Amino acid sequence: MVIAVLSGLLVSLLLLLLDFNKRWPAFLVSLYPATLTIYFLSYLPGILYGETLNVSQPWIPSLQTNLDFRLDGLSMLFTLLITGIGTLICLYAAAYMRADPKLRSFYAYLCVFITAMLGLVLSDNLILLFIFWELTSISSFFLIGFKYEDPASRKSALIALAVTGGGGFMLLSGFLLIGSMGQHYSIQHLLSYPPILTNDSLYPLILVFIFAGAFSKSAQFPLHFWLPGAMKAPSPVSAYLHSATMVKAGVYLLARLSPLLGNQPYWNYTLMTVGGFTMLYAAFHALFRTDLKAILAYSTLSALGMMFFLLGIGTELALLSLVTFIVVHALYKAAMFLITGVIDHETKTRDITKLGGLRKVLLPLAIAGVLAALSSAGIPFTFGFIGKELIYETSLAALPFAFLLTAAVLVANILLGYAGFISGIRPFFGELSAEHREVKTPSFWMWAPPLLLAFAGILFGAFPVLSQDLLHQAANSIGASTPLPPLKLWHGFSPVLLLSVFTILAATAMYLFLKPSTSRLQWVSRFENYSPKAIISGVAAKGKQAAASYTHTLQNGYLRIYVMIIMLFLIALICCRIFDHLHFDIDIAALTPIGIYEVVVTALIIVAIGMILFTHSRLASIIAMSIVGYGLCLIFVFYGAPDLAMTQFTIDTLTVVLFMIVLLRLPAFLNLSNLRIKIRDGLISAAFGLLISVIALMVLQEPTNKEISRFYADNAYPLAKGKNVVNVILVDFRGSDTMVEITVLTIAAIGVYSMLKLKMNPSEKE
Amino acid sequence: MELLLVILIGVLYASGLYMMLRRSMVKLLIGLILIGNGANLLIFLLGDLSKGKPPVIDVALTAFQNAYADPVPQSLILTAIVISFGLQSFAVVLLKRVYMITDTDDLDQLNSDDQDI
Repeated sequence: MVIAVLSGLLVSLLLLLLDFNKRWPAFLVSLYPATLTIYFLSYLPGILYGETLNVSQPWIPSLQTNLDFRLDGLSMLFTLLITGIGTLICLYAAAYMRADPKLRSFYAYLCVFITAMLGLVLSDNLILLFIFWELTSISSFFLIGFKYEDPASRKSALIALAVTGGGGFMLLSGFLLIGSMGQHYSIQHLLSYPPILTNDSLYPLILVFIFAGAFSKSAQFPLHFWLPGAMKAPSPVSAYLHSATMVKAGVYLLARLSPLLGNQPYWNYTLMTVGGFTMLYAAFHALFRTDLKAILAYSTLSALGMMFFLLGIGTELALLSLVTFIVVHALYKAAMFLITGVIDHETKTRDITKLGGLRKVLLPLAIAGVLAALSSAGIPFTFGFIGKELIYETSLAALPFAFLLTAAVLVANILLGYAGFISGIRPFFGELSAEHREVKTPSFWMWAPPLLLAFAGILFGAFPVLSQDLLHQAANSIGASTPLPPLKLWHGFSPVLLLSVFTILAATAMYLFLKPSTSRLQWVSRFENYSPKAIISGVAAKGKQAAASYTHTLQNGYLRIYVMIIMLFLIALICCRIFDHLHFDIDIAALTPIGIYEVVVTALIIVAIGMILFTHSRLASIIAMSIVGYGLCLIFVFYGAPDLAMTQFTIDTLTVVLFMIVLLRLPAFLNLSNLRIKIRDGLISAAFGLLISVIALMVLQEPTNKEISRFYADNAYPLAKGKNVVNVILVDFRGSDTMVEITVLTIAAIGVYSMLKLKMNPSEKE
Repeated sequence: MELLLVILIGVLYASGLYMMLRRSMVKLLIGLILIGNGANLLIFLLGDLSKGKPPVIDVALTAFQNAYADPVPQSLILTAIVISFGLQSFAVVLLKRVYMITDTDDLDQLNSDDQDI
């Protein structure tokens, strides 16, 4: 199974070998999801008996991150959706995108996406799940921005990545919290030995993180706006990622974790509120759209809202209706997106007010459209009817809010049914406009996949027993334990049937009397400034501005400003730290006595430093610098360091000579700064000097550890046969250090020599 | 004497930083040298001063009989002096080179945006 999941990455690499100017490679790629479908179908009988398949492959055991995969009812359901619809999408895209020069990268992204999605629904390890989760975001980014020549496309892709990526970050935080509390990252382990998460004070925080991740991925209010934007992607992508599979990842995740985190007031009410609000908000928004894909996008949002809503109700019946609705929605919505893709491809428009009568030219698609619309409205004998009945049963049983919840679901269902009629039926009936008379029926590969999907919706609806076992197993794997009611076509006369009938009638009435128009679109666009999208984009733009000005202040390219900022920060930091501990307790008597020589030398050095600071002559400053050096030399002599004195003396002389030779012909110092800057720099420098002095004093109070010195002193003669300990350390004990030092000096010497010898081309001089 | 050296170290650091904050390249280099000297002196001071007792074993003996100056800071400083000389000599030649090309000692005039390069 590990190979099956990860093979998509390899397949996407192998695409490099194929020549996509011909047609057959595109069909060859379709074999990949098709093979996976067959592979996973072979496990179906076992799953239907309630078995699960576990595979574990060590990856990073030290981080508890292993390739743990687990196939159970819910995973099986999603796996079949991913691979099955994926096969149809691959075939469809082969015809839909035939002329596209980037077909190869399209299929590469798609294969990576299939891998990511399979990994997501099969992972049994939280960290692994997170990795695949992010991979879906990234491959989705590339697919939304597939037409990267279009700025709007790029922008949508970026927004989608920002929202889902931000959510992913939150999700990781949530996973880490769960993992640290449960001491384990395996989902099964966490479920079978549940840590007491729900009573913990961190539980609300975990919920916030997990919800943020799930809501951003599954586009719930107020993070929903990336999904309508993502419709910039080619239609097969919209059908696959943004309707049938990826956007359901959030639902999958919460369903998977619901036994662990669920059945708490926080969980239930948040999901019911957010899901319910999104369901109604998006369904109303769909009313105002005239772009076919926008209508579908908003109705998808609404459907996703309904899934979270069901998850929030959380009863066993709710779980069953959730998994049923997932399949119902995937089937009819993917079909509708593919139909819209064909309409767009053939007529070059998706504006619903301009389309009509297309059944005369696109008959197979008209059939598919009608079937999908019927399923979405929940007409009897469609799968949608079964899903709808279950949802109504759930909401009616969800005491104490049954009335409120049922009303919300009813309104949403009516609007969804209306949106389904608009997008599935309206383009095909009415007057065929003159410019579309020449439209030809597209190739078999473009009309067969949507027709097949729509037909599957009818098949499962007419024979519910076909899907019943798998749906029961899926619901069982997320916590439903008691025997679930069988899926039935006929429930008898009950309030549920009444609601269903009412839904269909209301949706039909709306379809007949409410025509889509552009004026309503304009009316609603006035509120665009107050939408979450505008607000969040505004905040992001401001953040970018702030970052830019911040960078310009700190990274302005002037070396001395950098030095200044670093020093100021250092001073502030150390001052804060040592201010509390500042106490001097120095035994004056224990210090070395001060002699007249030392005072004179120190005074000399300070005078020389003063000269360096204030002179305008380069020569004077070089000479003053040498005085400083020689002064230090004398101090070394006084305090028992003849070697140091000798070195300092030699080096200082050399430096002065070098400066003299090289810099003599440079002009005098210019007075480049004004007084205020000089005072400012002077104050900073003084503070820095003071700080160093204070630190030096503080260190002086500490007793020094002489162990190392003693070792060298004791062993200098016995081990190295040398009596000058400093020399012994340098050339014997630390001989290799000195060797490296000599190398450094040699490199510097080569640099100096080559730079002096370099003859420059006159043209290089500005 | 320690207190005197503490003051001297502070002055060296302060003047070094002040010079580094100037716009002239030569002053930047001088500032670097001053801070380097200050650091050497700081290490020296922290190894405990002992007047007139170099860490050299008497000719007639094979081990120290009485107190001696700490040899470890001394060898550290010695290394530092030599290395900083390598740096200085390279920097000074580089500086000359830059001056020959740009005709300026002003660091600000060497600034250029990425686009200009």
